[in-house]
Parts: sequence; C-alpha cells; structure tokens
Amino acid sequence: MTLQHIERSVGIGGHNSGNGFGTEALRLAGRTSTRILSRYGVLLGFLALWQIAASSGWVNAAVLPPIDAIVAALWKGLAGGSLLGDIAISLQRASLAFAAAVLVAIPLGLVMGQVRAVETALDPILQLFRQTSALALYPVFILLLGLGEASKVFVIFWATLFPLLLNTISGVKEVDPKLLEMARVYGARRLTIFRRVVLPGAVPSIFVGLRLGATTALLLLIASEMIGANKGIGFQVMNAQYNFQIPLMFAAIVILAALGLIANQALVSLQRRLCRWSNTVG
Amino acid sequence: MTTARGGEVTIRDLSKSFALGGRQLAVLRSLNLDIRSGECLVIVGASGSGKTTLLRILAGLERADGGAVAIDGKRVEGVGEERAVIFQEPRLLPWLTVLGNVAFGLEVRGVSEAEAEERARFYIALVGLAEFSDAYPRQLSGGMAQRVGIARALTVQPEILLLDEPLGALDAMTKISMQEELARIWSEENVTMVVVTHDLEEAIYLADRVLILPKEKGGAARLIDVDLPRPRERSESRFVRYREELLREFGLH
Repeated sequence: MTLQHIERSVGIGGHNSGNGFGTEALRLAGRTSTRILSRYGVLLGFLALWQIAASSGWVNAAVLPPIDAIVAALWKGLAGGSLLGDIAISLQRASLAFAAAVLVAIPLGLVMGQVRAVETALDPILQLFRQTSALALYPVFILLLGLGEASKVFVIFWATLFPLLLNTISGVKEVDPKLLEMARVYGARRLTIFRRVVLPGAVPSIFVGLRLGATTALLLLIASEMIGANKGIGFQVMNAQYNFQIPLMFAAIVILAALGLIANQALVSLQRRLCRWSNTVG
Repeated sequence: MTTARGGEVTIRDLSKSFALGGRQLAVLRSLNLDIRSGECLVIVGASGSGKTTLLRILAGLERADGGAVAIDGKRVEGVGEERAVIFQEPRLLPWLTVLGNVAFGLEVRGVSEAEAEERARFYIALVGLAEFSDAYPRQLSGGMAQRVGIARALTVQPEILLLDEPLGALDAMTKISMQEELARIWSEENVTMVVVTHDLEEAIYLADRVLILPKEKGGAARLIDVDLPRPRERSESRFVRYREELLREFGLH
C-alpha cells in the first residue's frame, strides 16, 4: 500500500462520517508530506545515516562528528557571533569581485557578441586566459597585489569573469537571426534591434553565466581564504581543521553550502521575474 | 472597400544567381512583371525556381544582380514602410505578449506605445485573438501564432503584403481555415498581396493571377488569370479545372 492509498481510504472514511472539511485538510496534509518525502527523502536518509554512524561509533566521531555536534557548533558560532565576522568578510570579498565581474563581463560580452571585429581581436587572448587556471595565477596576483584583500578579490573576479563573459557572448550570438530579420523588415535600426531583440533574447543565457559565476566566486573565495587570510569562512575551515575543532570545521562548510544555495536561489527568482515569458527556468 | 491607394509593383529584367560549389546558379533570369495595385498575385514554382528569392527581393531583404524593382514608380533599394512581410514561421518575440508582438512593428516605426497598442488591439480582434492579447507566444498553437504574425504585418497598414509560404508549416485543417481568413483579410484591407506557395489549391483559392516560375534554363514565366467569383468554392468544376491546368504546367497531369 502506498501513501496515496492510505490517503484515499482515510478520505473515504472521513466522508462517510460527514466531516468533509477535516478530510480535505487531511488529504492536503498527506499530499504535502508525500511531496516533501519524495523530494527530500534521500537527503534526510543521508543525514540520518550520518548521525547514526557517528553516534554509534561505526565511524570515528572525531573525524565525522554527529550532526547534532555540528549543529551545536554552528549555533554557537552564529548566536555567539564568532562566525558572523567571518561571514561578513567573506561576503564582502565575494560580492565585490562578483559585482566587478558583472560590470566588466556583461557590457564587454554584449559588444563582443555584436561586433565581429572586437570578438576576433579579443578571442585569442581570452581563450588563453580562460584556459589558465585562476588558482595557478593566484601566486602571480599575490606578487603583484600583495597578500591582502586586493589579490583575494582579484582572483575571484578573474575566475568569475569568464563564465559570465562567455555566456553573454553566446547569448547575443544565439539570438535567432530570423527575429533580427523580422525587426529589420519593420525598419528597426541597429540600436533598436539591439535594445528590443538582442538584449532580451540574451537574458536567459546571461543568467546561466550569472549562476555559474556565483558558484565560481564562492569556490575561489574559499581557495583564496585558505592562503594568507586570518578571517573568513575559508580561513575558518582550514583553521578549525588545524586546531582539530572538527564540528566547527563542518559548521563552516555548512555555512558555505548555505551561501551557495542562497545565491543560486536569489538568481533563480530574479530570472523568474525577468523571464516570465519562458518556462525553462530551472 | 475603398479605392486602391498604391502598391503597384514594376519588375524589369530582374535576375539573380547564387554561387553554389564554385558555379553560378541562376534562379531568376530577366523576369518582367507588373503587379497591379490591390491584386492578389500568387507565385508558384518548383523548389529552386526562385519564388522565395523573388519575394525577398521585393521585400528588400536581398539585392538583385541585375534589373530593377519599382513600387509606385520608386525604385526599391531596401526595406520600406509601404511593405510588410509575413514569413513561413510566425517569428514572434517570445518575451512579448500577443499585444506586444503585434504592436512591435508600429513601435519600431516610432508610433507611441498607446497608439500602437490601440491599433494592435483592432488587428488582434480582426484575426480572432482578442481574448489572447496577454498570452505569450509559447502558449499559442501554430495557427494562432501565425495569426499574430499576420496581425503584426497588418497593423503597420502596408500597401503591399508579402507572404512567404505563410501557411506552409500548418496542418491541413488549420491551413484551409487560414486560407479563408487570408482571402477575407485581403478583401477587407484593400492591400496588394504577393503570396509564395507550393500549394496549388491555395494558389487558386487566393489568386487573381498565378505566376508560374520556370525551373529549367530558357523556360519562361507564365501568368494565369484566375477568373472565379469570391468567396471561392474548392469543389466547383471551374476551380478543379484551374487546378488541373496548374498541374499540367508542372507536368503532373
């Protein structure tokens, strides 16, 4: 018997007793819980397995502490305020770099996608830069900019630039030429075509770039904070590990995951707002 | 119906060829044709006979290699406000509603948004989509989307409407009802209509005259007057005879 069967028989019983409203609510609750279970069941199972494995001694609890210890460390760090400073500085680094990348990559990508000469001229050097790992260049940035904020923000900016730039360019170039021709038939000039056809047509692809860029920014944030930082979430992960404060280390990792989820969710809802015409927002 | 207001097309010695694998492939060879103001001319021809190329030259989307096209005595050099094109695909902007898409042509031409929308609403009603004004293209069927494309073209009130296989992508049932709709719109809007199609029945249903483009070198273009009362009846014997005549032209009967 599946959950739905149980739900139905409960519903029929309720109907016979004449309590229509109550059964409706019950059915709704049943459906909601089915939905939650089918979506988050595996995740909950994973967490339960972890908790059991860690608390019953199947795995070394010093390396994989039980969930409740991690939650306690997380709560202490957040409520006690000791992790808040790290979150603030990390957010500052990542968002500064991300904003700079957006401001450079999107206008540049729009121009490169529209003007063949600019793309031809810039493509080789961009390909070279893109294929060179930002982490490999980090020591170079440190030499040039010092071990402070500038080199950290710059390496994040650098790595975030490329997914944004490439997706903006392809968004512009993949706008259906038939739509461009249609606009031309109605006498639209180049600027009008850009504003009314190219730009809105490129928005979904630009959002792909933004979401990839946000992921990249967080990735590089942690990497940069693991070298020569004394504050930040990435620093806390490394530092807690050095000092064998394993629950704290996991708490910092959880915060990172949460930041990633929040950033992605914010971009998805922004995209939903801007692209109501498309039902492909995932 | 008011009197014709222009939309007379003169085609002189028009030729066009394409480079294909190092060879020049002529698709139009010194074509001469006068399209009358307010008439419905349908162009048919085997694939490769240059019917779409001819339409694109009339639209100003392609340049001829030789010869000239003039509209009301003025030489065609590119796209122009007196012409509108309906393509085989609706070519709607997916981020605009039906209303936004139909108003697009006017807005691009500098008409204020309020006036453009008012005129757009009139033509949306004309093609029977009034209750879908706020729908997005992805919510429309193929036939509905094509109606939106037709409404957009009508909204700019062209003297000449150029249609490139406008119903080619539709299913048989939708196609027949859209042919009736096109015939109705043409008679109401007093516009010169040039239609490219490969559907001979559609040609006879719509045309005052049918232009048959030759496929082979040295062949001559032929014009057939379709002298039938409107609205036309597909099963009528004279309709069927015209159809047989066209089939013979293509060596199929």
